[in-house]
Order: sequence, then structure tokens, then C-alpha cells
Amino acid sequence: MDVLGIARWQFGITTVYHFLMVPLTIGLSVLVAVMQTAWVRTGDRKYFAMTKFWGKLLLINFAMGVVTGLVQEFQFGMNWSAYSRFVGDVFGAPLAMEGLLAFFVESTFLGLWIFGWDRLPRRVHLGCVWAFSLASIVSAYFILAANSWMQHPVGVELVNGKPRLTSIGAVLTNPTLMAALPHTVAGCFAVAATFLVGIAVWQIARRRDKHEAMWRASLKLGAWVGVLAFAALAYSGDTQGKLMFQQQPMKMAAAEALCHTEQPAAFSVLAYGDVSTPNCESVKSLDVPNVLSFLATGSFASKVEGVQDLIPQYQNKYGTNYPNDPALGALAGKPIDYVPDLPVTYWGFRLMIGFGTLAALAALGALWLVRRGRFPRGRWFPRAAVLAIATPYLANAFGWIFTEMGRQPWVVAPNPTGVDGVWLYTAQAVSSGVTAGEALTSVIALTSVYAVLAVIEIVLMVRYVRAGADDVSRDEPADDVLTFAY
Amino acid sequence: MDLPTFWFSVVALFWVGFLFLEGFDFGVGMLLPILGRDETGRRVLINTIGPVWDGNEVWLITAGGAMFAAYPGMYATVFSSLYLPLLAILFGMIVRAVSIEWRGKIDDPKWRRWADFGIAAGSWLPALLWGVAFAVLVRGLPVNAKHQVHLSVTDVLNAYTLLGGLATCGLFLLYGAIFVALKTSGPVHDDALRAATWLSLPVTALVAGFGMWTQLAYGKTWTWLVLAVAVVAQLAAVALVLSRAHEGWAFLCTALVVTAVVVLLFGALYPDLVPSTLNPQWSVTINNASSSPYTLTIMTWATAIFAPLVMVYQGWTYWVFRQRISADRIPPSIGLARRAP
Repeated sequence: MDVLGIARWQFGITTVYHFLMVPLTIGLSVLVAVMQTAWVRTGDRKYFAMTKFWGKLLLINFAMGVVTGLVQEFQFGMNWSAYSRFVGDVFGAPLAMEGLLAFFVESTFLGLWIFGWDRLPRRVHLGCVWAFSLASIVSAYFILAANSWMQHPVGVELVNGKPRLTSIGAVLTNPTLMAALPHTVAGCFAVAATFLVGIAVWQIARRRDKHEAMWRASLKLGAWVGVLAFAALAYSGDTQGKLMFQQQPMKMAAAEALCHTEQPAAFSVLAYGDVSTPNCESVKSLDVPNVLSFLATGSFASKVEGVQDLIPQYQNKYGTNYPNDPALGALAGKPIDYVPDLPVTYWGFRLMIGFGTLAALAALGALWLVRRGRFPRGRWFPRAAVLAIATPYLANAFGWIFTEMGRQPWVVAPNPTGVDGVWLYTAQAVSSGVTAGEALTSVIALTSVYAVLAVIEIVLMVRYVRAGADDVSRDEPADDVLTFAY
Repeated sequence: MDLPTFWFSVVALFWVGFLFLEGFDFGVGMLLPILGRDETGRRVLINTIGPVWDGNEVWLITAGGAMFAAYPGMYATVFSSLYLPLLAILFGMIVRAVSIEWRGKIDDPKWRRWADFGIAAGSWLPALLWGVAFAVLVRGLPVNAKHQVHLSVTDVLNAYTLLGGLATCGLFLLYGAIFVALKTSGPVHDDALRAATWLSLPVTALVAGFGMWTQLAYGKTWTWLVLAVAVVAQLAAVALVLSRAHEGWAFLCTALVVTAVVVLLFGALYPDLVPSTLNPQWSVTINNASSSPYTLTIMTWATAIFAPLVMVYQGWTYWVFRQRISADRIPPSIGLARRAP
């Protein structure tokens, strides 16, 4: 494999991995802040026990989010230096702002929260957890601003062949960002919600400790947040679909592996056969008529263009061949393939929606099953609830894989109404000076470390979940001893 | 001062912030196997940086972001050419962070030994490599006309860069020892002062040697002053350590040495960001690698408003956790037993 292929694999692996850690941090930190607020306001020890228990799991997870984020930032310069040079005038600013405005707040106030239990007045300490959790959302905002610009570049002019920032306001209010932010944040809450529901159900079913009230409260909180999050996901996802249809019509067609233009267009629920075949003749698909038209435009009768009909439009607009630049290696001067990897986009899109729906059903089901103090007998319920924890994680991962792979062959996709020339092919983005050996060392080293750390994190999580809640009624330690220490 | 020059000093400021704070964090981690004679002693050491190390590390993330935003050309050239050293630094910092965070989670000597190894190795490696990396930059890279680099091993590893690595290692060790002395009481405190005493002279020699080499080979006239500040502060720190006088002042003096060394390195670089060893015309400079004035203006506003705010609330954190740590303030381990009951 060449440097480009290795660098793409590394980006995919490190990004999906990073986004396993981040959503739990974002979602759970807000929920822990809610729990602690309930404790401070009511004085009910149940909420204190909840804050402590879920807070511990939050901390086990947080460290991993930080260190995998560092890799994300560094690899733009390491593997994608041509990209960094091209977009630097625009792309660096939101990254730097993320550090200055959000990440400093997160890290500093998390430290204050962990170690400050008895050092700080109760309300100030509560403020720390809110500062931490809200900053994590601000963090997501800036990172998504950077990503949305890659999907839909705005606020720039072209100077000497490179985009130059003309309006930071446009970058920070990019319509793509405004749709991606609620969708991503709702995805984070979905993760935290099923996490709460799964673990709480398992704890109640075990009937081992006297903390049932606390587990029930966690379960209720999780299930309600889950239901709201999934409603928000569906709504914001629909908004994103309509934007995508305008901004990246090829991605929309690729999401459906729609070969030919249809009017009205049917939504394919599942397909049998190889969706990457150019004319789809071998593909049998279970279709729902008119729904794709609705998803793309809001009207059941509208036209949706297919891959084969979009290719000539793209060739017309953006050229048929790559520039004859030696930096492109084997691709220099070769024809451009404007079609993303269709099996990945088609199945990625379906797996995202499918796992998301499963997670939503789990939250709704749990809410129904435990209504008014009920709790179903049998081991199927806790098992299903624990399994459901994986579903929003998978939905998030497939969502990112879909949206990033659907943007190919571009790393910066052209804005159809934007400035001509503000786009970059992924093949042009990779570092030219990096050798395949270096890139391979990096991807092997990082993947191995990530794998080991994933195992340790999961073992720790499981151990701490099994250990259950602390007995919070015990005496507080002597005055001068630290309430928390590493 | 024009914007690119101003941003050169802002980037330098973020690096000062990072090494000023993370310098003693690295030092504490490096000293863990040396000063941590028993389990409680090791926990005392780790808890001196417990509430703050994570916030300190964000200075690196922001320094990286600021370099990306202000000098994309430099970010691209440096990160893609110093590929393997940066990968090793990342590796060290990943292992160190999870080791600190997870060490106390399982109450088992073997688990903790692994974590201690992770903290120590994850501190030594970056402490050495940041010094090497900065020395490599000051010395220059074989940058060609297109700002690409084809690196050979001797560009990264040579007498000057190794001296740079040793100097930062030594400096952070001394800085860490004095920080531990300032932040603890009891046996750990006494051991830390003893370690600082032992380190004083070799570290002074290393820092002075690296500083002189940098100044003579790459310095400007005004950086003589910076070097002088570094040396005087270093001697003052040594004097304070040897006389067992005020630990706070000794700490501030070493902090000043770290600051002066960073300023010296950036001063030696200016106006280059990556000097070319092939042809000075091809160097990556603050002018040919910088972002547009508009982007720099936006970033100036963001920094002017938020950097002071960061300093205020980080300063407040240090105030909240100002009490010295000692063995009797360390609670029993709250980690789970090795095997599930």
C-alpha cells in the first residue's frame, strides 16, 4: 500500500477510535452535572451516589479522549502536510480556538472537580462540573466547524491557488455546521443514555445492593434522555440529508447507491447484490417508493439524480483528469473517479440508521417496561439492555465513516455555490516527504497501543460497573486527608 | 511590530506556557522511580501534579493549534519531516496520561508497577525529545525550494541536538525536584531537596553548555541578554537549593531558566521558522509560511481575550490546591482489588 492508502487507514482508525471516547465524555459529563445539580438542590443522597458512580466511569473514559485527540491534531501535519498547507489559513483557526476557548476549560475544571470535592464550596464545585461539560460541547462545535468546512467550504476567496479566509463568521455559522452540531451532540447523548440504561438495568436485575432507588433514577434519566436524543437525531439527520442533497449531490446518490436518476425516487431499505456495479442490474433492493425524494427535498415527487448521471456533471464542472502533478504519484494525469466507495457509503448509511433505530427502540422499550415501578423477570432484559449499549456507538461510527467516505475523492469537497477552485483531492493532500515505512510504523504503533488501551479501558469499566455504587453514608475522611487522590 | 512577528512571539508564549508548566510535570514523572521509595511516597509525588497536569498539557494542544493557524507552512513542514520523533513523543504522552489516570484504579502492586513504568517512560521520552526537536529546528533542516524535507539521521541526531535533549532532560529533572520540594513535606520533601542538590551542578553545566552553543552558533546580539538571564537564574536557583533557603524562590528561578531557554531558542530561530541547511533562500520563515493578516487578526483577538482568562483560572487552580502534600494526607487506595470478589 502507498503512503496515501496508509495515511487514510490511519485517519479512519484513529478518528473512529477517538469518537468512541468523545461521545461518552460529552454526554455523560452533562448527565453527571445534572445528577450533581439534583443532589445540591434536594440534598437527596441518592443523587450524590449517582454523581459519584457515573463520575468514576466518566473519568476512566476521559483520559482516552484527551490522548487520542492529540493524535488527531498532530496527524494533520504529519501525514497530511499538503492538506495543512492548502487549508491552513482557514482550518487552523477553529483548532486553535478549540484549545483556547474549550479544551483549557475542560481540563482545568475537570481537575478542580475531581480533586475539589471538599476544597471548594458546594456550589462552586457544582459550577466546575458544568464548566467542564459545557466546554466539551463548545469543543465539539469548533471541531465540527473545521470538519464542516471540509464538507462545504465557505467564507473564503482563492488567492494564489489557496483558499484565504475572508469571513470567520461564515466559517463559524456554516449551514453544514449548524446541522452537524445538533446531530453529533444528540449522538453523544444517545451514547450516554443507553450507557445509563444498560448498566442501571443490569444492576437492578442483579438485586444485590440497597441502591435500587439510585439505579432506577439513573435508568429513568437515561431512558428519557435517550428518547429525546433520538428524536433530535432523526430531526437533525433529516435536515442534514436535505443540505447534503444541495451541497454534495454525489454523496446523496452514494448513500443510496442510486445508479440512475429517479423521479420520484424510492428509498432503498436493504439491497441484495453488489451495490458498486455501475448499472445496478444485479442488485435487488427492498424499496419504499417516494421516500428518498422526501428525504432529499421535502417533496414526495421530486427528482433525485443518480450516480451515473452525476458523473458527467462533475466531470464538466471539475475536470476529467487529475492535474499532472508529480506529487500525485501514480494518479497524476489519470482520470478522476468521482464515485465514492458505494458499498461503504450505502451500507454505512443503513447501519447508522439501523443501529440508531435499535438504540431508540431500546430506550423506548426500557421506559415502557419499567413504568410505575415494574421490572420484567428473566435474564433477557438485562442482557438486551447491556447489548444495547453498543448500538449508538456503532451508529456514530458508521455515521462518520459514511460522511467522510462519501466526500471522496475530495478531502475538501467543492461548494457548488462557492468560490471556484476551493477544493482539494484527497490524493493531493498527503505529505510528500513521508515514506511508506514511516507511515506504516505510525499506523501499526498507534493501532497496537489503541488496541491495548481499549482492552484495559473496557476491563476497568466492567470492573467498576460490577463493583457498583459506593456506600455514600459512611463517614467522610479526617479533615486534612485528601478526599480524592491518584 | 508586524503581525507575523507578533505571532512568532505568541507561538513562543504558548511554548513557554507549555514547558513552564509541563516541565515540572515531566520532572515529577521522571523522578517517580528515583524519589518514590515506597507506595505512599510515589502517591505523594503523583498527587503533587494530580489536579493540574491535564490542564498543563492543553498548552501543547493550543501551541500546536496556534502554529497551524498562524504558520500552516511551518506546521506542515515540521510535522511531516520530524515524523518519527513526534510519533515517539505522542506515544510517550499517551502512555503517561493513561498511566496517571488509571494507576489508582486497581489496588494491586503489579498493576501499579506497570503504571509507574508508564509514567516514568512517558515523561523521560518527551522530555528528551522536545529538547532534541527544538535543537533540530534551530540547527535547520534540509528544506528544498518547495519547502519539502528529505531528512537524514544526522539531521536529527548529532552532538548539538543530543546536547539539547540532555539539557531539557536535566532541566526538567531539576525543575521537577524543586517543584516536589515546594509541594510536599516529610521524607519525600527531603529526598527531593537532596536530589536537587545532586542535580545542581551537572544541570547547570548542561544548560550553560547548550545555551552557549546555541548563542554562539545561531544567536542574535539581543539573545546574549536572554542567555545571561538563564545563567543567572540557574545559578540563583542552585544557590537557593544548596543553602536550603526559600523553595518558592528556587522554583521561580528554575521556571525563569525554562522560560529563558525557550525564548533563547525562538530568538535564535527568528525570523526563520525552519532554517534551510541547503540554501538560506529556501528557509521557511514567518513571512512565507504565515497565514493571511485577516486570520492572524482574528487569532490575535481570540488570544488577547482568552489567554489571560486561561491564566487566571489555571492560576486559581494552583491556589485552590496550594497545600503541601505529605504521606499522612494520602487516603487509602480506593482502587478495586485485583480480582473480582
